[in-house]
Amino acid sequence: MNHCLVQNVRVSAGRKVLLDDVSLSVPRGEWLSIVGPNGAGKSTLLSVMAGLRSSSGSVYLGDIDIADMTPRQRAQHLAYLPQHPEVPPGISVGGYVLIGRNPYIPLLGTEGQRDIEILNEVLEQLSLQDFRDRTLDSLSGGELQRCHLARVLVQDTPLIFLDEPTTALDLGHQQQTLDLVCEIRNQRELTVVMTMHDLSLAGQYSDRIILLSEGQIASEGKPEDVLDPDRLSGLYGARIKVMKVDSDIVIIPTRSQEL
Amino acid sequence: MSKAATSSGLRTPERLRASVILVGAFACILAMGTSLAIGPAGINKTAILRELIDRLPFIEMESGLSPIHKSVIWEVRLPRILLGGLVGGTLAVSGASYQAVFRNPLADPYLLGAAAGAGLGATVAIVTGSGDGIGAFDLVPVLAFLGAMGAVIMTYFLGYSSGARRSPSALLLAGVAVAAFLTAIQTFIQQQNVESIRQVYSWILGRLNTSSWTEVKLLAPYAFLAILVMLLSRRALDVMRLGDTEASSVGLRPQIVRFSVIAAASLGTAASVSVSGLIAFVGIIVPHVVRLLAGTSNRIVLPLSVLFGSAFLAFVDLLGRTLVSPAEIPIGVITAFCGAPFFVLVLRTSQKALT
Ligand SMILES: Nc1ncnc2c1ncn2[C@@H]1O[C@H](COP(=O)(O)OP(=O)(O)OP(=O)(O)O)[C@@H](O)[C@H]1O
Ligand SMILES: [Mg+2]
Repeated sequence: MNHCLVQNVRVSAGRKVLLDDVSLSVPRGEWLSIVGPNGAGKSTLLSVMAGLRSSSGSVYLGDIDIADMTPRQRAQHLAYLPQHPEVPPGISVGGYVLIGRNPYIPLLGTEGQRDIEILNEVLEQLSLQDFRDRTLDSLSGGELQRCHLARVLVQDTPLIFLDEPTTALDLGHQQQTLDLVCEIRNQRELTVVMTMHDLSLAGQYSDRIILLSEGQIASEGKPEDVLDPDRLSGLYGARIKVMKVDSDIVIIPTRSQEL
Repeated sequence: MSKAATSSGLRTPERLRASVILVGAFACILAMGTSLAIGPAGINKTAILRELIDRLPFIEMESGLSPIHKSVIWEVRLPRILLGGLVGGTLAVSGASYQAVFRNPLADPYLLGAAAGAGLGATVAIVTGSGDGIGAFDLVPVLAFLGAMGAVIMTYFLGYSSGARRSPSALLLAGVAVAAFLTAIQTFIQQQNVESIRQVYSWILGRLNTSSWTEVKLLAPYAFLAILVMLLSRRALDVMRLGDTEASSVGLRPQIVRFSVIAAASLGTAASVSVSGLIAFVGIIVPHVVRLLAGTSNRIVLPLSVLFGSAFLAFVDLLGRTLVSPAEIPIGVITAFCGAPFFVLVLRTSQKALT
């Protein structure tokens, strides 16, 4: 069954067409990665899918049109992490992560014992317990990224959308973050949609890849089919070799012989 | 896991500590108590204490005060102190709320034109002779209130017709325009009626010296309603710190929160200025001190602003009526005198996380 269905989405800003008739579907439990050059429209697509940006065309969660959902219903179905999340000055890690529980708390109410328990579980899972009272703006890039991820996880939704969750991270933390998403996905049977720039990691972790270029889907399918050296070279304007190391796909940029 | 870690893990983050509330409450009582005890009438201080205890239920205690002194306490000092506390608390929490919804540390309660509107209303009432600032049928507070609310509503419509749905700063700019426009009219009327210029100025500089129980009863319902709405929104205002898009992605409707909090803060501000005139800077000083001392979460800043705002204004009013006694310094002059240097200090340290 489809968990999220996107039909004929078109977004334009002024005369520029950002997304041109994009349709796709995400089956329940899938890990889908959206890749493509800078400015291809990945973030735009993700925010449309999260119901945060209006478009012509429609987005369904299950069989409900996302436009008919209240923000609260939407936030109980899907959690979304933007590419550049806001970092309010002076807020504590615990206070920040707890904001993810907002969809379950009445507008004028405060959080209950259950919310605090979930907060503590997630903080522990992400090894953030010791940061609970630190302010968000005092953290390193990687620690901050883990806090953003924690906020998404306390939202406890079956569907999560992450916009470049690994960009600020070093090699080890990139892997740890993706391993963690993978682990939690197996535990909670999550559906994950993620945009990424690292094609090797996208190839290794996702079930399926969509390659976006200039607002259109250039290719979609299993990682080994989409990550084709000729296609990637053309789209990215780069010199690329695709190799297999053990069973993992690896994309390697190469230096031109003429330079 | 150690026992300490377990108990700290069960805490709600950003919660308001009881100790901080106690400090705030103590500051209030101290400021108000001192203010009640000091004054030109030179009433015996222990007698005042006995007089207060006498009014408690089930306790009889003879204070030995003359009827005149009793009426100074009950009809002059007490309503004035309570009014000051009410106005201070309302202005401070309104300022904190405006700062939260606009995500701008320099927002103040007069931001959306409330001050200019109230000024115009009061000026009209004074020059037409329909109010002299005293008595139950005084039109000054009524017209000041209508002027303030009218100005805020005007700002709101103007702001939304010019794009405030997309960016809240359009609302701020509309506020600047409305304030300039209304101040122009007010100045014109004032120039045409030089004979009442003293009265207009005394109103504009803020005053609590004419306060009686009438004003307290006039202000209290509006102030309590406004403060209640703002305090109940304190958690939602913390979510709003993520900005509209992310707030909406965690299920909030930012426009609704913004509208109801602005409405409450404007109502509180309008009601306050209508009885006390324009008391500047309380809405900026108090929330910023609270943030520096106790943290930036609105769950902490809003309730503490009420307490410290009350204490601050009660204290400033005490200074105003004792420093050059028997004359009085207008309260707005003192708040601005303390506020302006403080404002600069805040600007200098504003890297230190103030919103
Ligand atoms: N409001 C807007 N007005 C004009 N152009 C816009 C607007 N929003 C986005 N764009 C443009 O749309 C294009 C796609 O933007 P988007 O953020 O979706 O790209 P992206 O694929 O996420 O890129 P990156 O990999 O750099 O994050 C970009 O060229 C961007 O400049
Ligand atoms: Mg992007």
